[in-house]
Amino acid sequence: MDKIVVKELDLFYGEQQALNSINIAMKERSVTALIGPSGCGKSTFLRTLNRMQDLTPGVKIIGQVKIDGQDIYAADTDVVLLRKKVGMVFQHPNPFPKSVFENVAYGPRIHGETDKKKLSEIVETSLKDAALWNEVKDRLHESALGLSGGQQQRLCIARLLAVGPEILLMDEPTSALDPISTMKIEELIAELKDKYTIIIVTHNMHQASRVSDRTAFFLSGDLIEEDITSVLFTRPAKKKTEDYISGRFG
Amino acid sequence: MPTRQKFDHELEDLRLKILTLGKMAEQQIALAVNSLMNQDLELANSIVVKDLELNDLRADIEETCILLIATQQPFARDLRKLVAGFKISIYLERMGDLAVDLAKVSIRIGQEKLIKPLVDIPRMSGIVQEMIRIGLKAYVDEDCGAAAEMSLMDDEIDKIYSGVFGELKSIMMENPNNVTQANYLLFASRFLERLGDYCTNIAEEIVYICNGKRMDLNE
Repeated sequence: MDKIVVKELDLFYGEQQALNSINIAMKERSVTALIGPSGCGKSTFLRTLNRMQDLTPGVKIIGQVKIDGQDIYAADTDVVLLRKKVGMVFQHPNPFPKSVFENVAYGPRIHGETDKKKLSEIVETSLKDAALWNEVKDRLHESALGLSGGQQQRLCIARLLAVGPEILLMDEPTSALDPISTMKIEELIAELKDKYTIIIVTHNMHQASRVSDRTAFFLSGDLIEEDITSVLFTRPAKKKTEDYISGRFG
Repeated sequence: MPTRQKFDHELEDLRLKILTLGKMAEQQIALAVNSLMNQDLELANSIVVKDLELNDLRADIEETCILLIATQQPFARDLRKLVAGFKISIYLERMGDLAVDLAKVSIRIGQEKLIKPLVDIPRMSGIVQEMIRIGLKAYVDEDCGAAAEMSLMDDEIDKIYSGVFGELKSIMMENPNNVTQANYLLFASRFLERLGDYCTNIAEEIVYICNGKRMDLNE
């Protein structure tokens, strides 16, 4: 079942068009990788899926993004609730300068959860789901800034999971991590896929081929090709895709 | 400077090695059948020795493919070229092994008078050699049409093999003294029939390089 359906989506930064008539559908509980050279529009596109672009001055968006059949750009959309449902992980881990516990409990608290027992349960479940619990269960009240980069990134994922999202947007989530931490995040993505719809932007094509079910190739604001990952990486239909994934440009 | 120039050169080197292996296999088959026709034991023995060079070259190709996959991490057509190239090298090396088997038939028959003039075996060998030549050209040109067409030539080999089988069976039934040599000749024709199948396998790999699709051309 399609979780996200994008139709004829254009995005302009002032006069400059950054996305050109994007059409794509993403299935529930699947991983879609967005690939393409720098400046191709993949991160811009990702940020349209939870209206993060609203925060950029001069942005104009035309077209439709529907999640569970609801147009997220409709006037009556509650953007706070949207971003609770569609969470985001960034390139560099950005934990709050608080304890591990407080980082994860922060989201549920601002959404109104005050019961301490309930908060502890959410923190434990979220850390377990983010495959971090065993590494931090004895240091929950120490500063999150003392964790390694890979642990911080998984903490940010746990922080995201704590507010009960349905869709996870990941913008190059491992580009600042070492190979072992990268592999842990990739394994985590494979596990999270059972519960969440995941869209990941990555410059690492082997990562895209390992973690995703479908891959979309962007170039100069156009969606050139989107297909089953194993097909796109072995026999792409478009020459531009072939040239890019073969390292002949970009 | 174009990107991945070094990788492109390495792919070209790999292709040249596969071509060399193909030409060596073709030569070995031609010589093996000559040794059988002319009952030339020295030639037959030289084929057995030469096979070691084919094995070494195949191992070299395998190592090159593994190294390129590990270091260049290819996708799409580049990946298909490496995977198919690796498989083609295995088929060619096995074709070399069958040439050795043909040479061993010559050695076993030795100078014993042939029970019949050899007509069909050189015909089969000629078709196999032609299939290899067309296959190697199609591999270089990445021409899946030529490869698929080449695979059709295998039907003629199968037809001849079927005729040889019937003829040798009759010879064995007529005179039990001929059974041993007739069996050797039957083996030889069977080896040539298998060589046709390997050519078809190579054609399938060329089609895979071209369009990424697996086709059964042996049907």
